[in-house]
Amino acid sequence: MSNRGDVLALLRENARYTNEDIARQTGLTESDVEAIIDELEDEGVIKGYTAVVDWEAVEEGDEAVRATVELNVTLDRETSYTDISDRISKFPQVRSLRLISGDYDFDMEVEGDSMSEVSHFISDKIAPIPEITQTVTHYIMTTYKEQGIEFGDGPDDDRLSVSP
Amino acid sequence: MTFEPADRVDRVPPSGIRRFFELAEEMDDIISLGVGEPDFSTPWSAREAAIASLEQGKTSYTANRGKRELRERIATDVQQRYGLNYGPNDEILVTTGASEGVDLAFRALLNPGDEVAIAQPCYVSYRPGVIFAGGEVIDVPTRVEDEFKLTREVLEESGAAGADALVLCYPNNPTGATMTAAELRPIAEFAREHDLLVFSDEIYSALSYEHDHTSIATLPGMRERTVVFNGFSKAYAMTGLRLGYALAPPEAIGAMNRIHQYTMLSAPTTPQYAAMEALDNCESELDEMRTQYDRRRKFVLSRFEDMGVDCFPAKGAFYAFPECPWDDAAGFAEALLESKRVAVVPGSAFGAGGDGHLRVSYATGLSDLKEAMNRIESFLDEQ
Repeated sequence: MSNRGDVLALLRENARYTNEDIARQTGLTESDVEAIIDELEDEGVIKGYTAVVDWEAVEEGDEAVRATVELNVTLDRETSYTDISDRISKFPQVRSLRLISGDYDFDMEVEGDSMSEVSHFISDKIAPIPEITQTVTHYIMTTYKEQGIEFGDGPDDDRLSVSP
Repeated sequence: MTFEPADRVDRVPPSGIRRFFELAEEMDDIISLGVGEPDFSTPWSAREAAIASLEQGKTSYTANRGKRELRERIATDVQQRYGLNYGPNDEILVTTGASEGVDLAFRALLNPGDEVAIAQPCYVSYRPGVIFAGGEVIDVPTRVEDEFKLTREVLEESGAAGADALVLCYPNNPTGATMTAAELRPIAEFAREHDLLVFSDEIYSALSYEHDHTSIATLPGMRERTVVFNGFSKAYAMTGLRLGYALAPPEAIGAMNRIHQYTMLSAPTTPQYAAMEALDNCESELDEMRTQYDRRRKFVLSRFEDMGVDCFPAKGAFYAFPECPWDDAAGFAEALLESKRVAVVPGSAFGAGGDGHLRVSYATGLSDLKEAMNRIESFLDEQ
């Protein structure tokens, strides 16, 4: 793998690795690592860093309600997918938006403080967009794995503490 | 009449690692760098194949030599990876861990009084295995200045020329040393000149980070005198499933199978299903584990370097083998455990040449590894 690939793989594994952590694991110098990360950020390869949160473990009152929403759209000569996604992406409630293949067009993830907030957002802000022909909302009930990280306690290390 | 261990049992002292294990087991919240097995779980699809085989009631014995479909896959796998050519019918024996294979080879191929040169430091089972088989051990201590590679020079110095057999293990536990084809050539030459059988434990073959693994059996004139041991424990994180295999010409495998069929009957059935799935579909998991080990290896070596601890650049398995900053490595390991709750294993537990070193296993997640290295550093600073 290239040095850039190594750094990217490590940051995807744990974005809180320090430059020193990454340098030691790759054999690069810390300043090399810093330069590569700067480059990846400047080029827009790395768009940001975020925590993976298990909302069920968050104290009541702080937790978020999330839903994935299927969106069907119609296009015409003047309107492209990008035109529609630009409008939708601007809402801060929209956590992710992807064009996908299959039965519907966009896969959108929405976050709010309550179910009614999320429902109102979809009915008041998303559904009325002229190109949108249909929305199907699925509230997320339990998350088991996200961003490659399994939720739950995980297995204990039951290996013998010293073995040949 | 009382129970007295037989003489050949009495000749084998209890494992040197045992005392240390007992000390560590008594303590809570230690970080252990003393573990000789992967921290990963068996790839899920291999576990699932094992579960499915149980659901289908596949719980009977297999053929003595192991399931034919498994032997065929092993034949293909070792051919593609290492250029080893062994027939699934009569040149492959599936064993209960590579350990069983080693034991079988010693018992099936050594006569009482045969002398066996063992390259050390090494895994703890070879010496007892030779003794249980009635053989005599010739210690061949490798040297830190050779990066713990076996050399013709140390073979000659230790009197291995007169031996009947040679045991070697590369990539090596406990040192992490590896040997390239060029470095193995003089060893092969020595074995041919002095007509030695070679027992080559290659259980860590998948974990060679700086160069491709070479099996000594692929060198000219070596196939006919070598038994290769390998298995699924280290590559596929299957230690507890106890599955390995031996590769050798039909006469050797036949002799080993004669003991195996009476004492073991067959290797456990469920793991054989897991192993077939591992060989068929777990290449990406294997690559991922290897990548993780390699990163940790670099991490540990660079930490030791910054601490001023001499550590040769280990290139395989999942061990670093630094020189112990104290003369008394066992005392150091004990003090480190007591005061910092970090377990490492004194090198003397692994035979000749290991004294004065510590085996540091990096089969531990990076966050624990980092914490353990911080503690070692602060321990050294306090001295």
